[in-house]
Amino acid sequence: MTENLGIALQILGLGWGGIFLVMFVIYLVSLALAKLFPPTEGR
Amino acid sequence: MDVLIEGVLALVAEPGRIAMMLIGCILMYLGIKKQYEPTLLVPMGLGTILVNIPGSGVLATGGEPGPFQILFDAGIDTELFPLLLFIGIGAMIDFGPLLSNPFLLLFGAAAQFGIFFVVIVASLLGFDIADAASIGIIAAADGPTSIFVANSLGSKYMGAIMVAAYSYMALVPIIQPVAIKAVTTKKERRIRMAYNPRAVSQTAKILFPVIICVVAGLVAPDSLPLVGFLMFGNLLRECGVLDSLSKSAQNELVNLISILLGLCVSVKMEYHDFLQFDTLLVMGLGLVGFVMDSVGGVLFAKVLNLFRKEKINPMVGAAGISAFPMSSRVIQKMATEEDPQNFILMQAAGANVAGQIASVVAGGLILGLLL
Repeated sequence: MTENLGIALQILGLGWGGIFLVMFVIYLVSLALAKLFPPTEGR
Repeated sequence: MDVLIEGVLALVAEPGRIAMMLIGCILMYLGIKKQYEPTLLVPMGLGTILVNIPGSGVLATGGEPGPFQILFDAGIDTELFPLLLFIGIGAMIDFGPLLSNPFLLLFGAAAQFGIFFVVIVASLLGFDIADAASIGIIAAADGPTSIFVANSLGSKYMGAIMVAAYSYMALVPIIQPVAIKAVTTKKERRIRMAYNPRAVSQTAKILFPVIICVVAGLVAPDSLPLVGFLMFGNLLRECGVLDSLSKSAQNELVNLISILLGLCVSVKMEYHDFLQFDTLLVMGLGLVGFVMDSVGGVLFAKVLNLFRKEKINPMVGAAGISAFPMSSRVIQKMATEEDPQNFILMQAAGANVAGQIASVVAGGLILGLLL
C-alpha cells in the first residue's frame, strides 16, 4: 500500500502540476493568437 | 415451456441476476423519468437486463461471441467509441468565451483536483494503482475520458466507473451547490465580476485547436488520442467550410456512438462483476471526486483573490469541471439566487470549457505516468 501511495502522490504532483503547466502554455498561446490575429475592423 | 421453466429456475438460483435487472430498471427510470443522461442510461439500463438473462445470446451464442461482445471488442477494447464521441463533443464546443478571457484556463486545471484526491484515497483503501487511477478519473466528469483511461489501464471496475461517471455528471445540479456552499460564504457568492471580453478573430479560433494538439502532444503525448479527436471536432466547427460535417458530428455521430456505447458497455454489468462491495466503494469514491473537484476550483479562486484587486466570484472556480454546459448553468443559477442582478455565466462558461481541455489532458498525463 505504501508503494501505491507513493505513486499516487507522484501522480498528484506530476499530474496536477502537468495540467497547470499545459493550461499555462495554452494561456500564453491564446494571448499570442489574440495579438497576432486581431479581429478585422467592422466585424 | 421447459425452456421457460429452466430459465426461471436459473434466474432464481442466481438472485444476483435479478438484482442487476432491477439496477437496469433503475438506470432506465433515471434516464426516462428524471432525464439524467438518457442517451446513455436508457441503452445501458436495457443492456444490463439483457446481459443478466441466463445464457444470454447477446454475450455469446453457439460458442461464438454475441453482438454485445463483438461491439465491446470493436468499440471499447480498441477505444474507438469514446474517441469518436470526442469528435462530436469538440464540434459542440465554442472556445470563444475562453479565448476572449484566457485567464479562465487556470480554473480548468484547478478543478481537476478531485481526480488526484481520489487516486490517493483509493490507494489508501487498498486498490492497486491502475484501479485507483481509473476510479480517480471518474472525477474528470467526462464519460469518454473515463472509459478511455479505465480501459487503457485494464481496470476491472469498468462498469461501475461508467455508471458513476455518467450518473454523477447528470447529478451535477445537485452535487455542486452542496459542495460550493460548504466552502463559500454568502458574501463570496454575491461577488460580481465585470465582463469585458476581447473580440476573437476567426483565424485565432481556427488555429487554436491545431496549436492545442501540438502543445498537448509535446507535453503529454499520451493525451493526443483524446485531445486530437476533440480538437478535430472543434476544427470542423470553426474552419467555416465543413458545416455539414460539423453538424453530422454533433448530431448523427454522437447519437449513433451513444447508442452503441450504452449498449455494449453493459457487457461489464454482469452480476458477478458488478455486485461486489468494491463497486459500492467505486461509486462512493466517484462522488467524493466530484465534490473535491468543486472544492479544489473554489479554493483556487479564493487563493487568487488574496492577490487580486478585482475579486473573482469563487463559484467560477467550481465551473472548471468538464460537465459542459451544465456546470456553468448551475453556477449562474446559484449566483442569481444570491443576487438576482449578478451575471457570471460567461466567465463560468469559459472555465467550464477550460475544464473540458483539462480533463483530457489529465487523462493523458495519468496514462503517461502509469503506462
